[in-house]
Amino acid sequence: MKEEIIIAGFGGQGVLSMGKILAYSGVMQGMEVSWMPSYGPEMRGGTANVIVILSDESISSPIVHEFDTAIILNQQSLDKFEKAVKPGGLLIYDGNGITHHPTRKDINIYRVDATAEAVKMKSVKTFNMIVLGAYLKLKGVVEMENVLKGLKKSLPERHHHLIPMNEKAILRGGEIIQEISVVE
Amino acid sequence: MRELKLMKGNEAIAEAAVRYGVDGYFGYPITPQSEVMETLMAMRPWETTGMVVLQAESEVASINMLYGGAGAGKRVMTSSSSPGISLMQEGISYIAGAELPCVIVNVVRGGPGLGTIQPSQSDYFQSVKGGGHGDYKLIVLAPSSVQEMADFVGLAFELAFKYRNPAMILSDGVIGQMMEKVEFDEYKPRWTDEEVVKNNPWGTMGKTPDRERNIITSLHLQAHEQEAQNIKLQAKYKEIQEKEVRYEEFMCEDAEYLMVAFGSAARIAKKSVEMARAKGIKAGLLRPITLFPFPFKEIDAFSDRVKGILVPELNAGQMVEDVKLAVNGKVKVEHYGRMGGMIFSPDEVENALEELIIGG
Amino acid sequence: MIDVKDIIKPENLVFKKSKLLLDTPMHYCPGCSHGVVHNLIAEVIEEMNIQSETIGVAPVGCSVLAYNYIDIDWHEAAHGRAPAVATGLKRLLPDKFVFTYQGDGDLAAIGTAETIHACNRGENITVIFINNGIYGMTGGQMAPTTLEGMVASTCPDGREHSRDGYPIKISDLVAQLPGTCYVTRQAVHTPGAVRKAKKAIRKAFENQKLKKGLSLVEVVSTCNSGWKMSPVAANDWMAENMFPFYPLGDLKDE
Repeated sequence: MKEEIIIAGFGGQGVLSMGKILAYSGVMQGMEVSWMPSYGPEMRGGTANVIVILSDESISSPIVHEFDTAIILNQQSLDKFEKAVKPGGLLIYDGNGITHHPTRKDINIYRVDATAEAVKMKSVKTFNMIVLGAYLKLKGVVEMENVLKGLKKSLPERHHHLIPMNEKAILRGGEIIQEISVVE
Repeated sequence: MRELKLMKGNEAIAEAAVRYGVDGYFGYPITPQSEVMETLMAMRPWETTGMVVLQAESEVASINMLYGGAGAGKRVMTSSSSPGISLMQEGISYIAGAELPCVIVNVVRGGPGLGTIQPSQSDYFQSVKGGGHGDYKLIVLAPSSVQEMADFVGLAFELAFKYRNPAMILSDGVIGQMMEKVEFDEYKPRWTDEEVVKNNPWGTMGKTPDRERNIITSLHLQAHEQEAQNIKLQAKYKEIQEKEVRYEEFMCEDAEYLMVAFGSAARIAKKSVEMARAKGIKAGLLRPITLFPFPFKEIDAFSDRVKGILVPELNAGQMVEDVKLAVNGKVKVEHYGRMGGMIFSPDEVENALEELIIGG
Repeated sequence: MIDVKDIIKPENLVFKKSKLLLDTPMHYCPGCSHGVVHNLIAEVIEEMNIQSETIGVAPVGCSVLAYNYIDIDWHEAAHGRAPAVATGLKRLLPDKFVFTYQGDGDLAAIGTAETIHACNRGENITVIFINNGIYGMTGGQMAPTTLEGMVASTCPDGREHSRDGYPIKISDLVAQLPGTCYVTRQAVHTPGAVRKAKKAIRKAFENQKLKKGLSLVEVVSTCNSGWKMSPVAANDWMAENMFPFYPLGDLKDE
């Protein structure tokens, strides 16, 4: 198994930390992982993205330009990365602020309105966990038990009391996915 | 039992330094390597191993703090990125001239000038061919994974002390910023002052009655004395060239086409080799781990075995010159590069192999 | 006729150099202040009995070869970088005595950043600063401390502030920094001045034991070769011209 994922959105949406939790979950499951962020001034309010690779075998290049999955959190990133999904691959996006929706017919597209849901749940900060939950529901690359271990590892100890809230968000994400188009 | 963590290359450098028993780190913030000092400051090693961590006023000051610490025989290191490393060149030349061990980490970004903060390999010449003034060489290690970032801290110190020579870990923004799994050794105690004196009797630990005074200097005003020092240095570099070459081969056994790449480019090229193999092209990769000493002989051994060599680098063509020197015209060698912080994709490199080497 | 050999006898001995001052013939010009200051440092180290605990940092300038003259461990520094080298040494050897020996070009021009920041961090080191207002080693060029109107090879018609800027009072500058504990300006042109200068150097070394911060001893000095004067005339010129601008005495003693 090898899964090449791009997560992209605005800086501050928790793009990098979502990637880190996913990568750590992979470690907990005994997989090989890499986490390669875009870095620099663009992190401050601009777009941020991270490539996460989970694999049963050792990972050659941490940088790839085509992805099995794209997790997209804003319009700019959707414009940039819709075309980078491998045919038959998966695109998940948050509908908040999206005016030009994805159009490809050769990939599986799902929408998860995580921004809206996070507001409803009164925990805006767990927005990225709702998205992660949606992804994990669609592609169970890592088991929930390992995700919780990954969360524990990647959060500093002073934030460990937030883990149940994050778990709730992950589960909720799995419930609110909307199928947009699916390749037969 | 080795401890498993997920961390950035820069963080791994810091963690490995504390565990190896480094005595002092002196540095100045610069992207994309600031996590090294940030991690060290967060670890507070002065409370555990006694390691000193100091933010200097400039890279010029950091390297000269290293000079002082290295002169005493202590294990000292710094890290920076390209423009900061340029500022350090004066001090590096002195340290090489005075034959002191220390470790310098360069997390390379694109240049010239202030350039970009994105990853590049454009400091190959600066690291391998000198950098500062005078005839000297650094021992240069090129990690291509976070694990190697951690492992090469210890290796760099071992080689630096073995040969009394500064060693550089030549990394880049990719390896510095990416996270991977990394396993660490147990904590090693720092040398006690008695051990420092015993291991490095040349150090300025204070002149005791049992010995002459120790003088750390790179100054030899008489030309014949300076030449003698140069001859000694060159003999040392020759010995390093003979004994310390390190490299890795990937699918080279039956290769008809060879790629030679280091550091992050080697990671990308590895995938390109897999892609080429999937198409039925017998490609292989040789990854120099030591850039000085460079694996000249080992690459030359492929001269009559392969039909061509591609050298993918994130620069305008630097290591390719050494590959050409190695094969000395016996086989076709081409460079493929991206510059200024742009990173080639595995398929771009694979295409370059087909176009420049197989089709060209 | 009395021969030199008849004079050099134990019973005629009135002054002895420090045991730590080596017999290497000094390369300094006759009349130069370096020899006197070297001897004072050697005496202080000898009297404090800290030979095995002291590391000197030699600069670039006339005193680049200072390590040939005092019998302790020495470390060379690149031009201006002595305070950084000393920082590295002292941070790793906090219980040793570390001092730099620097001229005005080294300390107050090319090494200003290293000087200011070592002072500002309060490094527990001693800085001996020889200020003779000229670059001696390279042949008499203008220094940061060259007085206005003073002639040097790169200001042959005298220092002119509209072109060359003003002489810098670096001791006054660093005395303002909380990291310095002792900043003093001395001279070694008379026996009385030498005695005072030695006391200052001793105090600057003692402060390291107390871990009070950085001590800087400026020694206003002559460079009769660079100034193109006899040693005696140079001493007079210094008293007349340098002291009014660089007045002797403690600037800070905490």
